[in-house]
Amino acid sequence: MKDELKKRLVKGPDGVEFEVDPLRDYYCDARPQVEPPAVSKIVEDFFNWARSESLWILGFATGCGAIEMRPLMTPRFDAYRFGVQWRPTPRQSNLFIISGYLSTKTLKRVIRSYEQMQSPKYVMGLGSCTINGGMYWDSYNTIKRLDDYLPVDVYVAGCMPRPESLLAGFEELKRIIREGKGEGANKYAAQFDRYKANQKQVIHDWDMPDYNW
Amino acid sequence: MRELYEQLKRLFPLGEYTEQRRDLAFVTVPKDHLRPLLIHLRDRERFTHLVLLTAVDWLEEGRFQLTYLMNDRAGKRDLGLRVLLPREQATMEGIHDLWPTAATYQRELREMFGIDFPGSPRVNEEFILEGWTGMPPYRRDFDTKKFSEENFNHRPGRATTDPAKHMKEKLYPDEA
Repeated sequence: MKDELKKRLVKGPDGVEFEVDPLRDYYCDARPQVEPPAVSKIVEDFFNWARSESLWILGFATGCGAIEMRPLMTPRFDAYRFGVQWRPTPRQSNLFIISGYLSTKTLKRVIRSYEQMQSPKYVMGLGSCTINGGMYWDSYNTIKRLDDYLPVDVYVAGCMPRPESLLAGFEELKRIIREGKGEGANKYAAQFDRYKANQKQVIHDWDMPDYNW
Repeated sequence: MRELYEQLKRLFPLGEYTEQRRDLAFVTVPKDHLRPLLIHLRDRERFTHLVLLTAVDWLEEGRFQLTYLMNDRAGKRDLGLRVLLPREQATMEGIHDLWPTAATYQRELREMFGIDFPGSPRVNEEFILEGWTGMPPYRRDFDTKKFSEENFNHRPGRATTDPAKHMKEKLYPDEA
């Protein structure tokens, strides 16, 4: 275990010493819960319409797909006109784009960021690397199937997909959300044990709580 | 570059010389003479910059080759020094006291090839890989495909076909 995760005594600015156990004190380790839909269907549909019109992307990019985000957010493709924008922190975003190959080391950070995002949250897998490993299919440190580790709502195929395909992916995701099928966060909560087992199978130095947000 | 090699050869027992370009050459150096040669190059021949330190795995010969690439910025030329080590229990003296950046390369080589540099700062800590326990992955006898098949779930459906054979079967089924 890393030094910064061990129990230690900390002296506060007021001079009081107290014990900190980072794995327990800094994170909530309660299991995620399945969120039931709104009571009436028309209300839930309204919520879903609103959700689909404000996709806020976490500015976290893996692999080469990060480079496709720049033309997408700048005037040439201007994704902002579709209600899509990039946010700097997981707390403010609801769409996680895994933009390319994912090494096991990055997977750990991705899981932590994903769990800190607020429900309802969506995952988009970009490029063939997230689908079946792509050109890294025989690599010793990249995962081959993203949907084993996170609930993926939509995949955009390509190597790399052009910004146009990403825009098409956003439209597809909006359709999925409006139909009420964007239930990734609930799926993650319902099949929590399966996802955790898969994640722990590839992340060998697991040094974080099972669920952290 | 040839003159430089002739000069150096009078001072050090150098091995094979390979000239790639007019401004790039490689020289094989015995392990024990690397450090004096590096100091000589740095202080007398203006090769002040260590461009990179990398390794090659000559599996068939049972040797590792370390390549120290030096740059003479004023003279606009590069000199690579090759050091051959036995593959078993490969150990090399560090040069992090000559160029502090070498410590990073040495950490990488320790992790990816298993070449030890005793005394190099943080050399035994994890560098890129996390929680890796098996054989260092850049060694050529490490089978990445086998490792990947054993450790990761693969999506079914990926099959490879030899294009010539496939088209022959498809277009001329009688001949195939």
